[in-house]
Amino acid sequence: MNPELRELYQDLILDHGRHPRNFGGLDGYTHKLEGFNPLCGDRLTVYLKVVDGKIEAIGFEGQGCAISVASASLMTERLKGKTVDEALALFEPVHQLLMTGDLDEEESESLGKLTMLSGVSEFPTRVKCATLAWHTMKGALSGKSDGITTE
Amino acid sequence: MDTSFAEAQEPVDNGPDAMDRVRAARADFPALNQMVSGMPLVYLDSAATTQKPLKVIEQITDYYHRHNANVHRGVHELSERATRLYEGARDKIRDFINASAREEIVFVRGTSEAINLVAQSYLRPRIGEGDEILITEMEHHSNIVPWQLVAEQTGAKLRVAPITDSGELMMDSFADMLGPRTKLVAVAHISNALGTINPVQEIIRLSHDRDIPVLLDGAQAVGHMPVDVQALDCDFYAFSGHKMYAPTGIGALYTRRDILESMIPWQGGGEMIRKVSFEKTEYNDIPHRFEAGTPAIAGAIGLGAAIDYLEALGRPAIEEWENELLAYATDALNSVPGLRMIGTARHKAGILSFVMDNVHPHDISTILDKEGVAVRAGHHCAMPLMDRLGVPATTRASLALYNNREDIDALLKGLETVRALFQ
Ligand SMILES: Cc1ncc(COP(=O)(O)O)c(C=O)c1O
Repeated sequence: MNPELRELYQDLILDHGRHPRNFGGLDGYTHKLEGFNPLCGDRLTVYLKVVDGKIEAIGFEGQGCAISVASASLMTERLKGKTVDEALALFEPVHQLLMTGDLDEEESESLGKLTMLSGVSEFPTRVKCATLAWHTMKGALSGKSDGITTE
Repeated sequence: MDTSFAEAQEPVDNGPDAMDRVRAARADFPALNQMVSGMPLVYLDSAATTQKPLKVIEQITDYYHRHNANVHRGVHELSERATRLYEGARDKIRDFINASAREEIVFVRGTSEAINLVAQSYLRPRIGEGDEILITEMEHHSNIVPWQLVAEQTGAKLRVAPITDSGELMMDSFADMLGPRTKLVAVAHISNALGTINPVQEIIRLSHDRDIPVLLDGAQAVGHMPVDVQALDCDFYAFSGHKMYAPTGIGALYTRRDILESMIPWQGGGEMIRKVSFEKTEYNDIPHRFEAGTPAIAGAIGLGAAIDYLEALGRPAIEEWENELLAYATDALNSVPGLRMIGTARHKAGILSFVMDNVHPHDISTILDKEGVAVRAGHHCAMPLMDRLGVPATTRASLALYNNREDIDALLKGLETVRALFQ
């Protein structure tokens, strides 16, 4: 198989795509936003329950390709229990990872499992799939309520 | 100026030699001869846009090399040549779809623009509150949104005839929905998402029984089967050059002459006028009344060249070849475990939409791309159709005259990789 494909569809990505964690709506959420990728029709809704500046619970629902679902799943896993500031601070390095595929060692270490998404950078048409959940999370925490699109 | 410039055509033979010619035609398309991701390109996205034969590319280059000038304006040699070539392309289109007169052909940017023109120039002045426009569930956004705009502007209603799960128009429901308030019927000749060939003759007969005009969206038909607008007896026929081996940015709208004569101008500007003063403007005759501004001259010439190319190959032979491939591809895809065809109408053109268990179409197309196979994944500009069929998106392989069985075999091999990863 093409090595770039192997890099993109790592077992961890396939697993999260098939069995997404924190999948479903949330009771008592404080933030909710729908993200839409008009190019492929992917739609994800991200729910967050923030108490005293801390993300107590997070979930998402919707439908999408393996990359967008896996990225959302990994994101929810990572953000649960983090503060809002920590969550927002993750956006930039993740975005850079997805766009360019490389980060310095320190950043790379801080992203941990999320670096599994780096293969996306070789697929310009798929970057938006992987960033959708992150844009949606950022929009939700920034108080947006009317949905966002990746365009 | 003499604008009835049409080259004498060699009589086309459609015998067994014609099939051999079509089989060999792949070599006429330079873009097909390249590697993608280290694999030979297999282009199965012709419903989005076709590749262009060398003849078309050469005609466009030749025009810019030797004849470039504005049309209908100069008395100088180049302008006369450009005008003759441009108007010659109109004659070719007339012959190609068998319109009764060259004046019935309006150059537009493509199908979308053609439909918007009909919506604004024909329909808008003739429709009011409570009147209806009838379309079908399988339409492309280009055959939905222009009518929604008119409906918003006038208070008219858009009505949508249902389709079966296999992607065929329900003719009984369609007939029932034709009523005294129906002012226009607009239907795809061939569905871009399903490949369904609609029973347009029957649609037109039923509509004309009630004096309702019919627009056919011919974007997916005109490059793949013979089209005769007089035999069909349609009132409008819209198509794009780029889906029939010609450049982007050019297309044509056929409108029956008496209807076109009665239509108000659409866009204002040069070319579409006869005499202008600040008090009053006299409009030009048809078809120029609907062609404001400097047109896509090279595009029109390229479209004319594409028509010559198709006529020389022979459209019946092209249709037969594509039908053979469609049958081969349908059998091949049906043999893939976990794959479900979307669009299984009895009368189909070379468009194969499908979904696969546990894999999103977007992932399928990424994997295929890395195998050199270009297909399209998504809603195919038919979101209401996807909702109707209950799928978020499909993967679509679409055929053109230059495809062959090896292309289908490559697609199948790519789908094996998909299954290895996902199933
Ligand atoms: C059935 C159908 N109608 C309309 C269109 C719009 O054509 P264009 O984008 O060339 O205006 C297309 C092409 O995408 C089509 O397939």
